[in-house]
Amino acid sequence: MNKKGKLMKIAVCVSQVPDTTTKVKVGSDGKSIDPAGVTYIINPYDEFAVEAALQLKEKNGGETLVVSVGKDSNKEAIKKAYAMGIERGILVKSDAEMDSYTVARNLADVLKDYNPDMVLFGKQSIDYDDSQVGGLVAEMLGIPSVGVVVSLNVDGNKAVCEREIEGGKEVVETSLPAAICCQRGLNNPRYPNLKGIMQAKSKAIEEKQPTYTENKTEVLKMTLPKPKAKGKIVGEDASAAAELVRLLREEAKVI
Amino acid sequence: MSKILAFIESRDNKIKNNGFETASTAVKLGAELGAEVEALLIGSSVSSLAAELGAYGIKKVITAENAELEKYSTTAYTKIVADAVKERGADIVLLSATAMGKDISPRLAAKLEAGLIVDCTEIRTEGGNVIATRPVYAGKAYIEMKVNSAVKIFTLRPNVFKPIHADGVIAETEVMNVQLGDSDFAVKVKEVVVSNEKLDVTEANIVVSGGRGLKAPENFHLVEDLAKVLGGAAGASRAIVDAGWRPHSEQVGQTGKTVAPSLYIAVGISGAIQHLAGMSSSKCIVAINKDKDAPIFQIADYGIIGDAVEIMPVLTEEFKKVLSN
Ligand SMILES: Cc1cc2nc3c(=O)[nH]c(=O)nc-3n(C[C@H](O)[C@H](O)[C@H](O)COP(=O)(O)OP(=O)(O)OC[C@H]3O[C@@H](n4cnc5c(N)ncnc54)[C@H](O)[C@@H]3O)c2cc1C
Ligand SMILES: Nc1ncnc2c1ncn2[C@@H]1O[C@H](COP(=O)(O)O)[C@@H](O)[C@H]1O
Repeated sequence: MNKKGKLMKIAVCVSQVPDTTTKVKVGSDGKSIDPAGVTYIINPYDEFAVEAALQLKEKNGGETLVVSVGKDSNKEAIKKAYAMGIERGILVKSDAEMDSYTVARNLADVLKDYNPDMVLFGKQSIDYDDSQVGGLVAEMLGIPSVGVVVSLNVDGNKAVCEREIEGGKEVVETSLPAAICCQRGLNNPRYPNLKGIMQAKSKAIEEKQPTYTENKTEVLKMTLPKPKAKGKIVGEDASAAAELVRLLREEAKVI
Repeated sequence: MSKILAFIESRDNKIKNNGFETASTAVKLGAELGAEVEALLIGSSVSSLAAELGAYGIKKVITAENAELEKYSTTAYTKIVADAVKERGADIVLLSATAMGKDISPRLAAKLEAGLIVDCTEIRTEGGNVIATRPVYAGKAYIEMKVNSAVKIFTLRPNVFKPIHADGVIAETEVMNVQLGDSDFAVKVKEVVVSNEKLDVTEANIVVSGGRGLKAPENFHLVEDLAKVLGGAAGASRAIVDAGWRPHSEQVGQTGKTVAPSLYIAVGISGAIQHLAGMSSSKCIVAINKDKDAPIFQIADYGIIGDAVEIMPVLTEEFKKVLSN
């Protein structure tokens, strides 16, 4: 329960992204990937966020909401959250290309109405690796945020988190409501059981129109990294070590 | 005319390499755009650091000093950077894509209603516009982007941009007036837990990483020994982190850390796409693997095919010999 003795309202934001094993090809617009043959999944970090939401609910009592902004196919990510145990879902439906700012504005508008005690995000979406949306939404809602969280303890109207930084961890305290961006290590996302999966299939998803569509950034072009020239195999066993060290010093000049 | 503000990260009143990289990039961009450049330092006693920025060509340093700012606070730091951007009339803001820069930049973007491009690996100007290049899909592709809002924010991937020394520049400092209330510290760092004083993989110029090919956890010292000789950091593949050989803080890859050292040595690592995601922008890659068809050889500049457990001690000795000369 939160400070007012009320049940917690917990929101989690999820995106739908190409599977990590996707072979990236540039699409015909020259600015984004060719979607042909790509399998889409819930953003892996968002599973940690869903799990964190469910654990908070189980511990403190409360209700859970999942929100996604994007195409009709984002319903699959919402259904995955349903199958894991989230109760209610909203899709802000749009086929337009949206940058992180625009996605965040739409999420913030939905969340303003919902007025949650806690909003959970993944650390980053594995498509554009932006790590932006959590911080943007938090600032738009005027609530604190903690990124790259690997442990989370909610106690009344505050939370203590550990977050990863260079060379260690920060122990961070925040007041609630707050936004938390989840990193691997925070928890082990549960596997949905068959009943959950079956129920998720027929459960309704509320749809909303976007409230904001004007991007702040623009992609000019997408390119693939230049294929590397074939490397040099220096040898087949420990006898090659001296030659490798020589090459690193004299040819690559890195030591 | 443009004005650039570079937020320079400091922890415990020290600037690390990422700060000098950001300072130099701001100076370079300023010269190309004919823009004024100012650097911002936040902390408990940071004014003494201004001279260090002068050595990288920064002529003006704004300092925000306050005992309460000794430890990082997302909310307080963001407020100060946003206020500085407004007071100084900056329209281009640079930060490092470090844990701190990644934490501040999105909130800053929302406060300033600005577009943000994160983790840039290249920044150039074209007809007065700033064009940034950044990796996406874990480095499997790159995109060129620009910002269309009035204020433009960029974060720079550490270890990619070169710090460039400038002689004879003395940085002038100006103290910024900061007024912070309790609500500005809604998020506050209570404590920093340093992982056994070891150099972090993201900050090392040389990274030696081990994978399941090391065969047993007691062989990991082979990787640590070499890292030590090279003054670098030891990293790990997810396979051995999951197996409990190494802590997650050492994991390199998509769900671990992203590194771009000048030398990356992969020992007994197959080179799965998720591992490559964290290290493929390293300048020189060496692979040691007993399987000549391991995918790591496709991105390696140099390789030895063979048993890592036999090769590593010899290799470490060879490095020692050469480095003591
Ligand atoms: C969503 C997702 C995220 C992931 N994130 C990451 C990540 O962040 N980082 C990461 O590393 N992985 C990640 N992975 C896992 C990745 O797919 C691989 O499973 C992992 O990188 C394999 O680790 P490895 O190379 O140590 O082990 P293996 O794939 O088992 O490879 C061991 C290698 O050692 C070689 N070898 C064996 N014996 C010897 C010997 N005596 N001498 C020399 N070589 C030897 C073998 O030829 C082989 O190439 C992720 C996977 C998924 C699905
Ligand atoms: N389109 C979206 N809809 C809902 N949540 C999103 C969306 N995009 C990103 N998020 C959330 O924001 C986090 C960070 O995403 P990003 O800033 O895109 O790297 C993700 O892990 C999600 O929790």
